[in-house]
Amino acid sequence: MKQTLTKKMWRETGSAYLFLSPALFVLLLFIIGPIVFAVFLAFHKVQLLGATSFEFVGFDNFTRIANDTRAKIALWNTLKYVVIVVPCQTILALVLAATLNAGLKGERFFRIVYFLPTLTSSAVLTLIFMWMYNQNGLINHVLEAVGLPTYNWLGDPDVALNAIMIMNIWSTAPYFMVIYLAALQDIPDSLYEAAELDGANAWQKFWHVTVPYLRPVTSFVVIMGLIGTFQLFDQSYIFSAGSGGPNNSTLTVVLLIYQYAFKTLGTMGYAAALAFALAIIILIATLLQRKLSKEESLY
Amino acid sequence: MKRKIRIGKALLYVVLIIYAIITLIPFLWALSSSFKTLEEIVSGTMSIVPKQFTLDNYKQIFVEQELFPRWLLNSVIIAAAVTVLNLLFNSMAGYALARLQFPGRKPLFLIILAVLMIPAQVTMIPNYLILKQLGWLNSYQGMIVPTMINATFIFMMRQFFINFPKELEEAAELDGLGRLGIFFRIVLPLARPALAAQAIFVFMSSWNDFMRPLIILSDPQLFTLPLGLNSFKGQYISYWNYIMAASMVFTLPVLIIYAFFNRYFIKGISFTGGK
Repeated sequence: MKQTLTKKMWRETGSAYLFLSPALFVLLLFIIGPIVFAVFLAFHKVQLLGATSFEFVGFDNFTRIANDTRAKIALWNTLKYVVIVVPCQTILALVLAATLNAGLKGERFFRIVYFLPTLTSSAVLTLIFMWMYNQNGLINHVLEAVGLPTYNWLGDPDVALNAIMIMNIWSTAPYFMVIYLAALQDIPDSLYEAAELDGANAWQKFWHVTVPYLRPVTSFVVIMGLIGTFQLFDQSYIFSAGSGGPNNSTLTVVLLIYQYAFKTLGTMGYAAALAFALAIIILIATLLQRKLSKEESLY
Repeated sequence: MKRKIRIGKALLYVVLIIYAIITLIPFLWALSSSFKTLEEIVSGTMSIVPKQFTLDNYKQIFVEQELFPRWLLNSVIIAAAVTVLNLLFNSMAGYALARLQFPGRKPLFLIILAVLMIPAQVTMIPNYLILKQLGWLNSYQGMIVPTMINATFIFMMRQFFINFPKELEEAAELDGLGRLGIFFRIVLPLARPALAAQAIFVFMSSWNDFMRPLIILSDPQLFTLPLGLNSFKGQYISYWNYIMAASMVFTLPVLIIYAFFNRYFIKGISFTGGK
């Protein structure tokens, strides 16, 4: 009996590792290995010419961040972007979801339409918006038609980042809207009925029933938003043809990491250190958010 | 009272319609620009209907621009391979973690959860060096192998298989099927809804990915569409008619897939919240 049991155990272990082998292979070679390697890189100066060479520099890469003007600009741009985009897209997503959930006809149609930007690649969206943002483009024409000032969206350092913000709020909100929609459908009707008996109007019901009920989902949406916005890259890369211009106004932390890692020689180790700094910032922001909302996250 | 409700409803419709217009305009604008002649584009008229409808822009990108079809093909090959491999490997891993008893199961699961939290930028630079060492820069395998599993979906498949009825598997075992047989003939076919949601997400993220190909691919022959499109923009800096036509070709496959799998898509989002 015992014999067959261990035999079965061995067989089960064997098939488990067989099933897991592709995942383990990638996990070790392209995720866990690289994390360890990244720690190593962050403490070295890396030369890529011919054979790759590493020179130990201790904490130099980290202290260098403090004296790097472009790193400060990139961090400032990224923070500004996060602080504006995350609340805007969260509120817009919630409002859209609540409106869609009001039991109107054509909900399916609107949902499909709203979802289009989330399906479309960042490269395509950025190009479409660059086309609309150009000086003689659609957006300026519309602004002019309604009597608002026009802008040099792509070329003016004061507005270029705002142009990216607008585009990304527009393209990300529908994604979070879907998450909210799923959650809205779980709110028990009895809560609304009770509020109605208390004489609540539509707005009061939204504010005192819907919003509190959705708090855990909001926490999730904000955390996903933080992680996403801190990693802004594609849009600013395409917008500025990789430079972060005009005048560093669209330079983000990830774009700077990319530039140091792949566009300038000898700064790969420094880029790895910056990547760690970014990971830590994201981690802190996520923890802070959790602390503030005092909710267990969904995972 | 009734009237108040009707006004409220009308107001909601107005909000919905205005937002639908805000959403649709960029796409309609891009679509119409892709059928316009360069003269019309340069002249700066804002009509959404092309004055002189032309297919030349599409002809240009497919016929004159030899590399464009190649980019399309590269994107299809890479995204298809990544999707198939992810479906297979994530499910296998998720199944093992959900159903099989073996030493190391708990720590492995925790490691996979922890990996979910690491931002891609940390592994991006070492990954480049590893691929360089393997000689996999500028290659299909360099694009496919590192992304052929995904921790998010291993996690999702594990959750799915945990809630899966055990009886079917036990019956199959009595009929003499081995683990592999049970998995491929019983379990996987029944996991279709979860697989469909996963397939869309994996396909889309591979199809739309910009950063990974930007780092790994430098040979224009091997470019994927996002990269090709970006280089296109550099080359045809003011030929927005070509750029918009190329953008539309790029977007179409995802729209078709979405139209077919819309149902699973929404399910998948509430499942994972994955990127």
